Amino acid sequence: MPKDIDAKESGIGAASKRREDIRFLSGTGNYTDDINLNGQAYVHFLRSDVAHGRITSIETAEAAAMPGVLRIFTGADFEGVGSIPCGWQVTDRFGEVMQEPAHPVLAQGKVRHVGDPIAAVVAETAEAARDAAEAIELDIEELPAVVDMKAALAEGAPKVHDDLTSNLCYDWGFVEDNKAAVNAAFEAAAHVTSLELVNNRLVANPMEPRVAVGDFNRATGDSTLYTTSQNPHVIRLLMGAFVLGIPEHKLRVVAPDVGGGFGSKIFHYAEEAFCTFAAKALNRAVKWTSSRSEAFMSDAHGRDHVTKIELALDADNNFTALRTDTLANMGAYLSTFAPSVPTWLHGTLMAGNYKTPLIYVNVKAVFTNTVPVDAYRGAGRPEATFQLERVIDKAALELGVDPIALRRQNFITEFPYATPVAVEYDTGDYVATMDKLEEIADIAGFAARRAESERAGKLRGLGVNCYIEACGIAPSNLVGQLGARAGLYESATVRVNATGGIVVMTGSHSHGQGHETSFPQVIASMIGIDENMVEIEHGDTNNAPMGMGTYGSRSLAVGGSAMVRATEKIIAKAKKIAAHLMEAADADIELKDGQFSVAGTDKSVAWGDVTLAAYVPHNYPLEEIEPGLEETAFYDPSNFTYPSGAYACEVEVDPETGKVSIARFAAADDFGNIVNPMIVDGQVHGGIGQGIGQALLEGCVYDENGQLLSASFMDYAMPRADDVPFYEVDHSCQTPCTHNPLGVKGCGEAGAIGSPPAVVNAVVNALRSAGKDVTHIDMPLSPARVWAAMQG
Amino acid sequence: MTKVTMTVNGKAASGEVEGRTLLVSFLRETLGMTGTHVGCDTSQCGACVVHVDGKAVKSCAMLALEAEGAEVATIEGQAAADGTLNTIQAAFQEHHGLQCGFCTPGMVMSAAALLKDNPKPSEAEIRHYLEGNLCRCTGYHNIVKAIMAASGQDVSAIAAE
Repeated sequence: MPKDIDAKESGIGAASKRREDIRFLSGTGNYTDDINLNGQAYVHFLRSDVAHGRITSIETAEAAAMPGVLRIFTGADFEGVGSIPCGWQVTDRFGEVMQEPAHPVLAQGKVRHVGDPIAAVVAETAEAARDAAEAIELDIEELPAVVDMKAALAEGAPKVHDDLTSNLCYDWGFVEDNKAAVNAAFEAAAHVTSLELVNNRLVANPMEPRVAVGDFNRATGDSTLYTTSQNPHVIRLLMGAFVLGIPEHKLRVVAPDVGGGFGSKIFHYAEEAFCTFAAKALNRAVKWTSSRSEAFMSDAHGRDHVTKIELALDADNNFTALRTDTLANMGAYLSTFAPSVPTWLHGTLMAGNYKTPLIYVNVKAVFTNTVPVDAYRGAGRPEATFQLERVIDKAALELGVDPIALRRQNFITEFPYATPVAVEYDTGDYVATMDKLEEIADIAGFAARRAESERAGKLRGLGVNCYIEACGIAPSNLVGQLGARAGLYESATVRVNATGGIVVMTGSHSHGQGHETSFPQVIASMIGIDENMVEIEHGDTNNAPMGMGTYGSRSLAVGGSAMVRATEKIIAKAKKIAAHLMEAADADIELKDGQFSVAGTDKSVAWGDVTLAAYVPHNYPLEEIEPGLEETAFYDPSNFTYPSGAYACEVEVDPETGKVSIARFAAADDFGNIVNPMIVDGQVHGGIGQGIGQALLEGCVYDENGQLLSASFMDYAMPRADDVPFYEVDHSCQTPCTHNPLGVKGCGEAGAIGSPPAVVNAVVNALRSAGKDVTHIDMPLSPARVWAAMQG
Repeated sequence: MTKVTMTVNGKAASGEVEGRTLLVSFLRETLGMTGTHVGCDTSQCGACVVHVDGKAVKSCAMLALEAEGAEVATIEGQAAADGTLNTIQAAFQEHHGLQCGFCTPGMVMSAAALLKDNPKPSEAEIRHYLEGNLCRCTGYHNIVKAIMAASGQDVSAIAAE
C-alpha cells in the first residue's frame, strides 16, 4: 500500500471516500436518459447502411402517416442551418490550411459512412418512431468507398467529398525546419532501427450510450439541451453559434450525471443539434437515446494511425535522431478536435523521456468512408508513446542490449528541458520512476517467474516502457497559434453562503473522475474547514460562467487552478472583513483551521463569523468593500503539465494457441502533487484496463466496402474482469508542476498511454524466449495473430 | 396492451405493456425506476441486471410479461429504508469500486447473486462470474476487491485502492 494512502484524514492528500457514490450505488443518479420531460416526443434516425452513396430519393409520405408520427425531417429541412463545426484548423507544411468539408446535421445529397444520418422520425413513442423509420422508402446509388488510407490517397481514388481536391486533409511536417538536419543525422548514424506499425482503430464505448433531449419554451424563446457531454459550455458555443444560430443567453446546455466519456463525449454531434432544432420546430421536447449499435457507427472513433518510425543511434547507443511518417484517419468528416490529435497532441510528444536532439514528424491526415475519428483517452499521446517505446525495444534487440539500460542511458535528466519538438518539460525524474518500477514490478524476480511458467508449458515475457504526456490543456495564446478555434482556460465561481457553506460552480465536468469529492478537499485545506462544507456544481451552463470542460487530464490542473484562484480572492476579502471585526490591519490577519486571528495576539474570529458578517453587514466596512462573498476566476495555464512514468507488464503466452494472459502489471507514475490518492489509483487502473484492451482485444474493423464489421459488443471485444489482473500502481515519485498553484499534473490518461507498449514488448519478449524471430506484432494481439507470428 | 403485475422491491407494481416491452423498459419507463441501466442491445454489458425470483437476470433480455407474478429486486431496493448502504454497496464505496456509476447497479446486483451462491469467492471466481458485466472505468481492480471485501475476506494485501 502506498505510504500516502490514509496518511491524512481530510483535505489535500486524503483518500476521502466519494460522496457521489451514494447516489450511484442506490440507483438515484440522474443520467440524461433518466430525464423525461412533459409532452416529450422521441426521435429515431434512419442511418446509411452503405459507406458511400448518392441519395436519389427519400419517400416519407407513407411513414409520416403511420400512427404516432409527428414529423419526418430530412436534409432538406436543414438547408440554411450551419454545418457541424470543427474546432481546430491545422496548417500544413507548405503553409496552407487543411481541407475542411461541410458536415450537415442530416445528409444532403450524399452519405459518407455507414451510420451517416439521413432522416429523422419524431413520434409519440420510441417504438412508433422506429417503426416509421423502417417504412421510409430510400434509394441510394452506391458509390465506390475508400476505407484504406493508402488507397484513399492514390491517384484517381474515389473522393469522400466531391468539392475537395483529394482525400488528403493535410500534410503536416514538424519541425519542418529540422528535416534536413534529421536526415543528415540518419546518414551519419552508427545504427538505424526502423519499424512499421499500426495503432489500431478503437471505439471509446463509455458504458452509457449518448443521449440528447432538446426542449423549447415558446413563452421565453429559450432552448435547453440535456446531453451526455464532457463539456456543456463547449456544446453551447459550437451548436449555438455555428449550427443553429442561438445566442448563449437563449440556450442552456445541461450535462447531468454522465456515464463515462473517454473523449467520445467531448465533441458536438449532429443528434444534439437535431433534438434542439426539432424541439423548437415541433414545440415539443424531443429525446434521442442511442442504442449501442448506433454508438458504434456514430460516436467518434479513436487512434487509427499507420506509422513508420526510424531511430538513429551513435556507436555508443545514444539516440541521435528520430523520424516518423504517419497516416492518420479522419473518417468521413472532421470531428470537433480531430485535426489536433495526430499533430499537436502527437508530434510534440515524440521526444518522450529521451534527449534525442533531432526529430522530424510527418503526418498525412486522410478522409475515408468511415465514422469520424477524434480524441480517445490519451489522444495522440498513446500513438506517440506506442511507436517510440516499440522502436526503442526493437533497437535494444538489434543491438543486443538491455532495453531498460538503453532507456536509462538516454533519459532526460535535467529540467526544465526544451525538446526539439517545441515543448518544454518543467519537471520530471525519469530515473526515479524507473527505479520505483523495478522495485514494485520485482524485475529482479522475473527470471524465476519465467522458469516457473516454462515448467507449466507457458512462455513468459517481460515488457517495460516509459511514457511522457502533455496534460492540462492548454495555454490559450499558444493553442491559438497552433490552430485552436477556442481558448483553453477554465473558470470557477466560489459562492460562500452566510452560514459558511460553499458552492463551487466549475466549468470542469465529472463523468467518473470524482470532482465532487476531490475539489472540496482543496478548498477545505485552503480555508481549514470540513470538506463537507463544500459542494461542487458542474454540468450546467446556467451555473459556471464559462467552461472548456474535462478532457486531456485537465480538470484539476486547469479547473482546479481556477477554483484556487477564486478561493484566494475569497480569502483576501474575508481577511478584510475579519480585520474590520477585530479592529486590526488586513496584513496582520492569519487564516488557519477555519479561524482568522491577529498575528501576535489571542484575538480571533471564526470562518462562520466572517461569512455571516458578509451577508449581515451591520458591523462591516461598507465604504471599502461590498457585502457578499462570491468570487469568480478564469485560469489560463502558462504551459502544459508533463506527467510521466514507467510501466511493466508480464505476460504468459500459451504456445499451443497463442493466447496471451496478463500475469502482472505495474505502473510507477509521477503526477506531481496528489489531492486524492484513492481516486488517482482508480484513474490509473481504468487507463491500464483500456490499454490492455487496445493491446490484446479491441479492434474496430471495416471490410473493403466500408461495412462496419465490429458494430456490437458481440463483435468488438471489450476487456472483461477475467482479461486483467490486479495492478500494482505507485505514485510516490512526485515532481510537482512548477506553473500551477496546486503543483498537479493530471492522471486521467496515463494508464491508457503507458500500457499498450508494455504489453506488446512483453509478448515479443515471450516469443523470443522460445527462439522465435519475432520483432513486432500489430495490436490487438489476438491468439490468431500471436500464433501466426510463432509459426514464422 | 396487456396488464402486467409483479412485486418490485417488495411492493406491488403493475402497468400496461406491449408484448415486445422489455422488463428493463417496464422498470425504467412505466415505473420510473431509472436505477437499472441500459448499456447495450446484445445482452453483453450487464448494466441492467436485476433479480427475478432470486436469480440474477439481464432485464434487457426478458419481456415484462414474462415477469408476471414474479418477485423483482432492483438496485433501488438494496439500501435500508433510511438510506444505509448494504454490505456490498458499502464495500464498493469503501474500495472505490465505481467511477461513472453507470455499470454499478448491474455490478452490485450481480455481486449479490454471486455471494448468495458462493459466500467466499476467490479472485478468479469473481472475475469469471463478472464475465457478463462490463465496466469501462475501473479496470475491474477495485470491483473485484470490493466484492472480496464484501464477502468478509481480508483485502489489505491486495495492491492499493
